[in-house]
Amino acid sequence: MQISMTVNGKEMAREVEPRVLLVHHLREELGLTGTHWGCDTSNCGTCVVLMDGEPVKSCTVLAAMADGHDIRTVEGLADGKVLDPVQQGFMEEHGLQCGFCTPGMMLTARALLDKNPHPDDLEIREAISGQICRCTGYATIVRSIRWAAEHPATDATSATDAEVSA
Amino acid sequence: MQIPAPFDYVRAESVDHALALLERHGPESRVVAGGHSLLPMMKLRLARPEWLIDINDLFELDFIIEDAGWLRVGALTRHTALLESEVVGRLFPIVHDAERVIADPVVRNRGTLGGSLCQADPAEDLSTVCDVLSAVAVVKGPGGERFLTMAELHRGPYETAVGQDELLTEVRFPLTPRSSSAYEKVERRVGDWAVAAAGALVQLAADGTVEDVAIGLTAVGLDGTATRAQDVLRGPRPTEELFFEAGRLAAEACNPIADQRGPVDYKRHLADELTRRVLRRASARAGATDSTTREG
Repeated sequence: MQISMTVNGKEMAREVEPRVLLVHHLREELGLTGTHWGCDTSNCGTCVVLMDGEPVKSCTVLAAMADGHDIRTVEGLADGKVLDPVQQGFMEEHGLQCGFCTPGMMLTARALLDKNPHPDDLEIREAISGQICRCTGYATIVRSIRWAAEHPATDATSATDAEVSA
Repeated sequence: MQIPAPFDYVRAESVDHALALLERHGPESRVVAGGHSLLPMMKLRLARPEWLIDINDLFELDFIIEDAGWLRVGALTRHTALLESEVVGRLFPIVHDAERVIADPVVRNRGTLGGSLCQADPAEDLSTVCDVLSAVAVVKGPGGERFLTMAELHRGPYETAVGQDELLTEVRFPLTPRSSSAYEKVERRVGDWAVAAAGALVQLAADGTVEDVAIGLTAVGLDGTATRAQDVLRGPRPTEELFFEAGRLAAEACNPIADQRGPVDYKRHLADELTRRVLRRASARAGATDSTTREG
């Protein structure tokens, strides 16, 4: 069947089998391997992408169900060379070690901050409670998201430019 | 890699269109809403529909309205919408208690009220909530609408009275004056199914005695509500002593099985303890003034 979705701002039309899951469509058909594929059972949350701005587990959404919708993946977080404050926060506060859960964590963080720019630690922990990290013990992830909340886009830009060119 | 068996996919554009599609494609067609129960079953090949009818575009089934003595909730209402609804929290705090511990926030963005009830998993929290609140399911088919009690809707594990050519469209919750409700669940970790859970609705009479009460249990093999436990509470004022007796009777009435979530005696202990806690909380929320009742 023919489907078309907006992925990171670009219209992407493809012919797909109805049984193809969104995570595989993004990774294999569209080549966006930043979205990770983990437990395949909607438990681990590494496959989280934003669908119409809300985090969803893309292993449990059919590509066909995303037809006509707006999808944002980790590749769509940075604006050119300018990192999203969430990405900058994960660098500043060491929010990742192996990096496997990171794309999903960052997208959930982005959606949280869009809805609630000043979450407390409990709200941050609740927001990421459907996602598993086996490295950090979550403490540095919570600090990274808090960093992003404390440095919204305009503040982060100058620091990010320096970081990227360095 | 878990991939469903091949199927054809079609999007319904209205309730009538969904019903026409169900009729046209027959017994090998299934409705998908949030998909967080059906798609995992299809990936494991436990379900192999030939046609998948996607109802996610049916915004007409996504509503929460207070209307003439009822709270009416559309079947496509997402868990997140229930949890964020002020009116739901005010009228039925049990729904917010339960929604906070259903799956995780990301799954709650997709899963729906109707999908949860139609999946009819014995460990599903909203089924207990609907039992306790005496909810009515509105089921639409080619012959019009039917109104089913939860006992009529749920025929057994994973089995409902919704016919192959029918669609659950709405759930109605009767508003009860001077009442409140609560839910509490013990789970091994965030997002897991209940080891056990309990829900209660307590309605007080004008003099502070218990006019009516409902107690439900999740994942411990209780059909409907715990009638003997309810009987001891009706009439007098709500007290700790009566909550203890009700907890004991509820635990006696249930029939848990041992599994990886725990042995029978532990689950029975939870049924007892959780029954007491939700009775205490629902009574306090309903405004019970007895000195021995306190928010727990």
